[in-house]
Amino acid sequence: MLDIRDLSVVFTDRKEPFTAVEKFNLQMDAGEVVGVVGESGSGKSMTAHALMGIIRNPRAHITGQALFEGVDLLSLSPRQLREYQGDELSIIFQEPMTSLNPTMRVGRQVEEALRIHGRLSPAERKARALETMALAGLPDPEAVWNAWPHELSGGMRQRAMIAAALVLRPQLLIADEPTTALDVTIQMQILETLKDINRKEGVAILFISHDLAVVRALCSRVVVMKEGRIVESGPVDEVFRHPREDYTKLLISSRPTRTKLKGGASRD
Amino acid sequence: MAKAAVKRVALLLATLLLVTLLAYAAFSVIPGDPTHTILGLDATEEQIAALRKELGLDLPVWQRYVNWLTDFLHGDLGKSYKFNMPVADLLAPRVQATLTLTAVSFALIVVISIPLGIVAARFRGGFVDRAITVLTQVTMSIPNFIMGIGVMFLFALVLHIFQPTYVSPEAGLAAHLWFMFFPALAVALPKSAMAVRLLRGAILGELDKDYVRTAYSKGNATGAVLRRHVLRNAMIPVVTFLAMTIADIVAASIVVEQVFTIPGLGQMLITCIGKRDYAVVQAIVVILAVVVVGCNFLADALYRVMDPRIDGR
Repeated sequence: MLDIRDLSVVFTDRKEPFTAVEKFNLQMDAGEVVGVVGESGSGKSMTAHALMGIIRNPRAHITGQALFEGVDLLSLSPRQLREYQGDELSIIFQEPMTSLNPTMRVGRQVEEALRIHGRLSPAERKARALETMALAGLPDPEAVWNAWPHELSGGMRQRAMIAAALVLRPQLLIADEPTTALDVTIQMQILETLKDINRKEGVAILFISHDLAVVRALCSRVVVMKEGRIVESGPVDEVFRHPREDYTKLLISSRPTRTKLKGGASRD
Repeated sequence: MAKAAVKRVALLLATLLLVTLLAYAAFSVIPGDPTHTILGLDATEEQIAALRKELGLDLPVWQRYVNWLTDFLHGDLGKSYKFNMPVADLLAPRVQATLTLTAVSFALIVVISIPLGIVAARFRGGFVDRAITVLTQVTMSIPNFIMGIGVMFLFALVLHIFQPTYVSPEAGLAAHLWFMFFPALAVALPKSAMAVRLLRGAILGELDKDYVRTAYSKGNATGAVLRRHVLRNAMIPVVTFLAMTIADIVAASIVVEQVFTIPGLGQMLITCIGKRDYAVVQAIVVILAVVVVGCNFLADALYRVMDPRIDGR
């Protein structure tokens, strides 16, 4: 489904050209859940944004290939790319507080991708959006539909973001640190929801996190990034038990208490 | 929400009451007496006393205020000593002229600044943006009366598309509005320049926000991102600015009236202050205050509609 070859992102808006991502390679099958881990600044989010085509900086040079169902996303015109954005590919972000438009009701933001891509009537769009909101674990979709973003809690907003991203049932959902800004209990609930969605709807997830434990709870495979490069990759349990790189060992050992907590909870 | 609305209306009325009190008090404190102006310097004490009684000036100030306010609320704005006619009849055509000028100016500000602000932000750093920046920089720093002279010079003397003699509404509404367009331009241009810059900055500020990234990720084109998401958010500070400028627009209208010899409230105000024609001056001050306070009230309501994060407090 997805075949990323030698993806690089170089910024030329500083004194020295800055390589945020260097020769990133990844293959993903339909319905697979793959994690990308690394500390902040390791280029993992930049990889996701490049893939999604949402790096707006004109001084960012993106090279390589990102073949999605055989089509290279990186070579598409903006107009062609928009056909994929929000339809076949979608993304959720780290900051549920600010990623929703504060002056647009939640329901309209959830159905927006349908409005852009679909030919459904308003009633059909609403029905579809409400159904997706329930799938994303929003308890009372009809009430949330009319709410403003500031009226929802952080967890609810992230669920609204998930619903907005899934409303067209994309093949690939990129989750860019979706739980980092949330507290631990909510974090686990959101991860469970993502797992459910992957199981029920067959949506592949590219899960980006700085937290190996969270990745272990959700993903089958993992890619470890450092300073824009992949340093290690493989099945998540293998990387977790027998890390080859010191950097990976460091990531695993860096937060023992939280690791234990989440590792335990994820096995339920 | 309804309770909050009642509270705001009560506050509006209290503000207006305070304005009437201040308008009245101000002219009771300043020295000078209309009887001298009316009767001349060689009037006898008896004549003055009789006139003071006739005008009600022998009563205590608070009594006069209450009487004046009661009459005012019943639509009786008093009588002008100088023009010897009811203030209401005297001011009606002038209120119309000034408010038309103010309204046309405000409409021009909106019509000029919103598209230019959007275009400047959309093509940030490009030729059009830089041209708009230079233009607004220059326009912003020109005072209204110079702008008035400039407009008059350009359109009347150079282009010959404007006759600088006042055209009243009796000559036809279209002719009246066409005349008003030019002084309104002089009022509107400096304020428009500020609004353009504010809107441009607000749009650029919004474009860096996370929700814009979300909007792009859903497959929106840039135009749709601006239209559907950014504009409403960027307009919030602009609406506040426009509301605050209403008082300035009224003040600028009064200045520009002088340049274009429009028989509006400005001319009347200046004449009547000189002649101590208090009834007229007080009426003008209260009318202008009602307009400004009322517009601010509307803007506040609009602001609340635009920004759902402000709850009804």
